[in-house]
Amino acid sequence: MTFGVYVHVPFCRHRCDYCAFATTTDLDPLMGRYVDACIAELEAAVEGGELDAATSVFFGGGTPSRLPPDALARILESVPRTRDAEVTVECNPEDASPERLAAYRSSGVTRMSFGVQSTVPHVLAALGRRHRPESVPRALGAAASAGFDRVNVDLIYGAAGETDDDWERTLHDVLSFAGAPGHVSAYALTVEPGTPLAADPARHPDDDVQAARYERTDAVLTAAGYRWEEISNWALPGHGCRHNQLYWRQGEYVGIGSAAHSHRAGRRWWNVRTLERYIAAVDAGRRPTASEELVQGERRALERLMLSLRTPAGVPAGALPDVDALVTDGLVEREGERAVLTVRGRLLANALSALLRADGPSPSGAVGRARYPALP
Amino acid sequence: MCPVDGGFAGPHYDRRTVSASGVPAPGKVPSDRIRNFSIISHVDHGKSTLSDRILELTGAVDPRLMREQYLDSMDIERERGITIKAQNVRVVYRDHILHLIDTPGHVDFGYEVSRSLAACEGAVLLVDASQGIQAQTLANGYQAIEHDLEIVAVLNKIDLPAADPDRCAKEIEQVLGIGAGEILRISAKTGEGVAELLDAIVERIPAPRGDRSAPLRALIFDSAYDQYRGVVSSVRVVDGVLGTRSRLRFMQAGAVHDVEEIGVRAPDPTKADELGPGEVGYLIAGIKNVGEARSGETVTDASAPAGEPLAGYRDPKPMVFCGLYPIDGDELPELRDALDKLKLNDASFTYEPESSHALGFGFRCGFLGLLHMEIIRERLEREFDLSLIATAPSVEYRAYLTDGIVVEVDNPTDLPDASRIDHVDEPLLTATILTPSEYTGTVMELCQSRRADMQRMEYLSPERMELVYTIPLAEVVVDFFDQLKSRTKGYASLDYEPSGYATANLARVDLLINHVPVDAFSTIVHRSQADVYGRRMAEKLRELIPRQLFDVPIQAAVGGRVVARETVKARRKDVLAKCYGGDITRKRKLLERQKEGKKRMKSIGRVEVPQEAFISALRLED
Ligand SMILES: Nc1nc2c(ncn2[C@@H]2O[C@H](COP(=O)(O)OP(=O)(O)OP(=O)(O)O)[C@@H](O)[C@H]2O)c(=O)[nH]1
Ligand code: SF4
Ligand SMILES: [Mg+2]
Repeated sequence: MTFGVYVHVPFCRHRCDYCAFATTTDLDPLMGRYVDACIAELEAAVEGGELDAATSVFFGGGTPSRLPPDALARILESVPRTRDAEVTVECNPEDASPERLAAYRSSGVTRMSFGVQSTVPHVLAALGRRHRPESVPRALGAAASAGFDRVNVDLIYGAAGETDDDWERTLHDVLSFAGAPGHVSAYALTVEPGTPLAADPARHPDDDVQAARYERTDAVLTAAGYRWEEISNWALPGHGCRHNQLYWRQGEYVGIGSAAHSHRAGRRWWNVRTLERYIAAVDAGRRPTASEELVQGERRALERLMLSLRTPAGVPAGALPDVDALVTDGLVEREGERAVLTVRGRLLANALSALLRADGPSPSGAVGRARYPALP
Repeated sequence: MCPVDGGFAGPHYDRRTVSASGVPAPGKVPSDRIRNFSIISHVDHGKSTLSDRILELTGAVDPRLMREQYLDSMDIERERGITIKAQNVRVVYRDHILHLIDTPGHVDFGYEVSRSLAACEGAVLLVDASQGIQAQTLANGYQAIEHDLEIVAVLNKIDLPAADPDRCAKEIEQVLGIGAGEILRISAKTGEGVAELLDAIVERIPAPRGDRSAPLRALIFDSAYDQYRGVVSSVRVVDGVLGTRSRLRFMQAGAVHDVEEIGVRAPDPTKADELGPGEVGYLIAGIKNVGEARSGETVTDASAPAGEPLAGYRDPKPMVFCGLYPIDGDELPELRDALDKLKLNDASFTYEPESSHALGFGFRCGFLGLLHMEIIRERLEREFDLSLIATAPSVEYRAYLTDGIVVEVDNPTDLPDASRIDHVDEPLLTATILTPSEYTGTVMELCQSRRADMQRMEYLSPERMELVYTIPLAEVVVDFFDQLKSRTKGYASLDYEPSGYATANLARVDLLINHVPVDAFSTIVHRSQADVYGRRMAEKLRELIPRQLFDVPIQAAVGGRVVARETVKARRKDVLAKCYGGDITRKRKLLERQKEGKKRMKSIGRVEVPQEAFISALRLED
């Protein structure tokens, strides 16, 4: 069985101007209490028998590398996990000192994920990111030296002023640096409401331009031996991210920390969003849960289809109406009984998901159960 | 009349007695103390404002309760500042009972004027002294002359700096033959001259001449449905006495009803025991359907019936048609219910079920004109909380088929195949346009571009021209009035009446989305305009239809020949947002919203078109 634990670390040096995530820039003094609260939440969960041994652990944020490595290690110690568990930490390239990476390594971290975004200075500036491009090869090199053979970089395309060439350069840089990552996440810059970016339409990305960059990304990465794992994720063989796969396979995981999401047996719940309220709840001995929902029956089946459609596993062909027309339109491909998104289809995954039907005619019986490849 | 949910028996109901000191109670008023008149004019010349002053001057309305255009009681009238329904009121002035009827000025509601005039001996013809004679001044003035009524001509708005009463008086004298010296001058706004006008009404308008001892004959000139009381009719007693104990025979309908209540509007409904000859009031007789108490009906005493009914009048016929569809198909029963209810109050519109491939189930509705259409639609949406799609307005064509059958076509999609058609006739209007003479050229140009034939052209005065055209109704339905107004800086006015049918070279334009014809967009136009129309619609649809997962061709076809083609390019990308911290819920909710959103979409083949796109495409202005 696979089981994941996600730990949210809501601290950043400053806020990137496209960012709408649950994070803070001015509450570092609360870091110690936050870490304690996370450990308390974990211990309560262990006591309550709510945690299986984790096959994957993911420290996300925010910027987990804002935490002192020993603090992160203390949290990780509280997570019951299998011996070969994948343990990922998201890290700002500037923070990737050999000492920190060595400390991670010795505390059981197996995988690093660097927030690179771009290697082109003016693009980084346009994204409001403050790290210098030189820190990227340094971080990748340091990770390799520290013995990390599982590395991801996060990239973003579509910043104001970014050209097709700039994007191409970022892709090639990342692939050619020593210690090149086995896993790449490339996201289209998205305008989230309420962000400074949202307030500045002149910098909003153009859909057609982003679509072209996506197609280019897929072409470059495929040529370099990567295979798509999910719409925005590619990996070399054997470098897939177990934790992310859990999400796309409707797997089970528990989220620790503010704004973290959990899923077990069709029940999805999530913690209060702000870290002050999170700390207050845990300190008061209450569950920090903000809300929950039950995802059962047809809804659950649809959710499973929606998630699976985003991966090379695809969906049973019968789950999409008019699937032959979609094939003609170049949006999906038939792979036996299954329908899998093409590159163009991936760009329209949301629209195609909205067509999915959980009860649709399926040539091979029930949709969303036996047809799925078994979870590893 | 009362709006559907208005308060005939509601909070305004006031049962104070009318027989104040010295004034005879209803039923007891000697005919020579009665004056019945309608106030008529062109739109906005001040009829309702004058009615306000009369209500004040005669003390009919408590000054604290007074508000502008008091008689315009429907929300929609107050908001738009226009009168839609005629209203009658009984006031007392110098020991006389005056029944005044405030009428609407808009051409769509001309039939209200003619009904009102049938209940009167006189008419106050109001003319805005800053504008002079306008199209409905003439149309309504002529109607009064035809009814043989005494006309009291009045220049209003003399307080306005732009008022030119001398010139207007001369114009009225020239055009209507009313001596300039007899024309009164008032300001309905300030009240100046209103008392003198009332004096003139008492002196000049003849008293009704009814026979109190003859069998009862009363004319119903309006009926409205009140949710508490059922049908409330406005009646004018001609002969005899209408009493609370009467059993009434409705002569045209052939039905018998007991009187439940009679009374007068002063302006609040006030019960009375009787109404005598010449008196105007209301009648409630336990009738549930306005169709059984139609305007023009003669009411007589069932036990001592009159021999001959009064001259009735014909109901106006709808001239403009459109399909009304609930945006949410589940609201069809509510729409039917709402139409039934509105119909109780407004016998002049028609509706019958129809279905559209694109829009689902709805009703084809007929209206007296575009304003009437707009108003009914707005009332449906507002008073009944419905969201509707209206198809483009159409007129009623007559298709003569090769096999000799004649088909009336009020929905373009019903036009039979071209191969079966011998010829098609379209309805015509006689349109009278009054314009300041300097705009004559531009008005003529507009009319020519709308296939109009000039019948007559004449100077009403050195400054004002009257142009009379025969013009296809279909041309007037498409923004003719707006064009006329904008080309003449708002100075020209238009009146029209139906004037038969004529054969025309017409073609149906169909629009195809992804090769599927969309019936809701089909239109019949003159062949010379078909290509232009097709191109315009195709372009408009290209802008309105959201990008789909594939390229969508849009075509306009005239009789099977494609005259325009546009393409909505395929959408390339959705939001590819990162899924943070395992937040699958957000993604699924987005999907659920999208699925929900599809319900507000109409599928044309594989193409999903949002309701809003239909609404915008069918909007006629741009
Ligand atoms: N200055 C001035 N304005 C007036 C006078 N009489 C009416 N008005 C204004 O003219 C506008 C139209 O007045 P209404 O009384 O609603 O006109 P109406 O003839 O009843 O209009 P319809 O019922 O729509 O035909 C309003 O804005 C009035 O305030 C007047 O004597 N002087
Ligand atoms: S580092 Fe990441 S979480 Fe922090 S502000 Fe920037 S985008 Fe947001
Ligand atoms: Mg009015």
